[in-house]
Amino acid sequence: MLSKLFSFNGGVKPDPNKSLSTREPIARLALPPQLVIPLHQHIGGTPRPLVSVGDKVLRGQRIGAADGNVSSAVHAPTSGHVVAIEPRPMPHASGLSSPAVVIEPDGQDIAIEREPFDWHAAAPGEIRDFLRDAGVVGLGGAVFPSHLKLNPGKSGHTDTLVINGAECEPFITCDDMLMRAEPGNILRGALIMQRMLAAKQVLVALEDNKPEAAVALKAAAQALGHASLEVVVVPTRYPAGGAKQLIRVLTGIEVPHGSRSTDFGVQCFNVATALAVWRALEHGEPLTRRIVTVTGNVERPRNFDVAIGTPISHLFAAAGLKPDTDKLIMGGPMMGIPLPNIDAPVVKATNCLLASSPTLFAPPEPELPCIRCGECARACPADLQPFELYWHSRARNFGRAQEYKLFDCIECGCCAYVCPSHIPLVDYYRYAKSEIWARERDKDAADSARERFEFRNWRADREKEEKAAKLAARNAAKPAVKPTDGAGDAATAADDPKKALIEAAMARARAQKEAVAAKNTDALTPAQQAQIDVAEERRKRASALSGSDAPAE
Amino acid sequence: MITALIVMAGLALVLGATLGAASVLFKTQGDPLVDKIDAILPQTQCGQCGYPGCKPYATAIAGGDADINQCPPGGDEGVRKLADLLGREYKPLNAEHGIEKPKSVAVIDEATCIGCTLCIQACPVDAIVGAAKQMHTIVADLCTGCELCVPPCPADCIDMVPVAETVDNWKWRYPVFELKVQPATLPAKEAA
Repeated sequence: MLSKLFSFNGGVKPDPNKSLSTREPIARLALPPQLVIPLHQHIGGTPRPLVSVGDKVLRGQRIGAADGNVSSAVHAPTSGHVVAIEPRPMPHASGLSSPAVVIEPDGQDIAIEREPFDWHAAAPGEIRDFLRDAGVVGLGGAVFPSHLKLNPGKSGHTDTLVINGAECEPFITCDDMLMRAEPGNILRGALIMQRMLAAKQVLVALEDNKPEAAVALKAAAQALGHASLEVVVVPTRYPAGGAKQLIRVLTGIEVPHGSRSTDFGVQCFNVATALAVWRALEHGEPLTRRIVTVTGNVERPRNFDVAIGTPISHLFAAAGLKPDTDKLIMGGPMMGIPLPNIDAPVVKATNCLLASSPTLFAPPEPELPCIRCGECARACPADLQPFELYWHSRARNFGRAQEYKLFDCIECGCCAYVCPSHIPLVDYYRYAKSEIWARERDKDAADSARERFEFRNWRADREKEEKAAKLAARNAAKPAVKPTDGAGDAATAADDPKKALIEAAMARARAQKEAVAAKNTDALTPAQQAQIDVAEERRKRASALSGSDAPAE
Repeated sequence: MITALIVMAGLALVLGATLGAASVLFKTQGDPLVDKIDAILPQTQCGQCGYPGCKPYATAIAGGDADINQCPPGGDEGVRKLADLLGREYKPLNAEHGIEKPKSVAVIDEATCIGCTLCIQACPVDAIVGAAKQMHTIVADLCTGCELCVPPCPADCIDMVPVAETVDNWKWRYPVFELKVQPATLPAKEAA
């Protein structure tokens, strides 16, 4: 039994607005006419497409294979035909396109035959491979491939497995509704994870603003009757759902800069990920659906169980998008990203779709100069100094920003929320982070170019040396060629065998020329002789005029 | 007096020996400044600076033979970094050596390529694959965009294509607060 809860520094208490979307149970959304399934939906390598245009696919069929171990597979959410494999707009702040498999559902929803897999008997490595091929990734927002985290590492065991149901961000209720709907299966998934990680205890944590989910989970935990499994209710404070913050609240462990919670024997997963693990192993169902909260400026806010690849416009149509919507956000109001394109598909990372209107979220006030009040530092849950990060990011002084641990920033938005000068601090951090990443990419490219250039120069030198060595060896093996008529200079010939060869060839040519005499000069008529004499005379005159060495004959 | 002389002479001997030993023990291989400058240069090996590669240019800068504003691929930021490193005044890029362009990669029109291997010989980073009388192609990830392969091509089949923005290399923009245009100014303009 957990005797004491700890606390993290900072944090804010924004208006939760969660009751909007919890009034109705989760609705299963009908399939759209076309599903656009992006190949790259997770951290790591882009999966290789396994299907081609015109192919018939079945529900649960793998359409993209994991590229390397730090990757995850992608599956068809229903049966149908592949109509295109092409770049399509992504649910990304850039609105840019990325390769996707477009499937037209045939309406029959035929499932692919399940490969038998008995996880009870399988080795942990086999289970991890199975989860990779089932496309199970973290559904809390980071979409990190789960099979990589389900490894106890060198020590062979883990102290604490945290199942994160805190869901601290305003408006988002997909985890809340999932915990109410399937508490037992979430806990069964958590127990599988516990076995894989050899964890001593499992803590399922949620905020105290979700009493229904807490009751449901506690009842399910009692029914399962595992002594090491415990449901913990933590105080509501944003961002209690951040992995590092939740671990600190539950265990008191503060994960320092440059380390991971795994180094301290703690591993953290989202509740939906636990359910995905259970479904994959128990039912052989790959991750092809997820719960998405559609809320904000819509007529009927609620949670939908949707197939991954469903266009976002389809969800907003079902929820009734109000006409005065001015902006769409994927995620919550604190950490969400703007969605430039409503036709982008739902991906594994899509937990919430939020429609914004000027009445719901007042337009941002003009940015004023930083007054160094330090409110942001008090609110920062990562114990950073946001104003320092802001100054250095704003001045494009990225090295200094990194010295102030820019990359420990979780972009929770607490600093911008409390800032009295309305500075969009997170925008500056995102800008600085992407600039630093770009510079690192450039640096890696430059280093590889330098290496290749140096190798090329080294190879050119080596080839030159090899050529010279080969020539020297050939000349040493062959005796110098003697000039045939002895006209060549003996000293030069000995010095330069090439010159000797040329001399010999020229001498041969001369000898040949002398041997050949013109055959049409015998028995000439007087007229011909006179013509020749005239021509000779002309030639003599010409050579006298030019004054140069005329032909000898 | 004598003691003082002996002490000073002894000290001089000991310190001299220490310095001598240190110069042998901690001898630096090559010029560390050249490596620092080379690390800032973009390694396109394009020769636009007038030197046959980035390292020779770095050596020339370190030796005081070349100025810091001769590298167009490094751009304005590169000049600033060099100025910072060397404690020199920033100066704008010298237009004689070329202008800063967006990063591009060379692309061979494979239908036109005659397989002459001239571009392969010109490429400083071995980013072109192909053989005599066989089609050549450029490994885009390795291409530095130096343009050295463009002039030797007798079939004129190499184009420099700017690198497209993708989801992976997209960058968040610098935050700018949008100013709203006041509609009140429009009638005034019309009146004028």
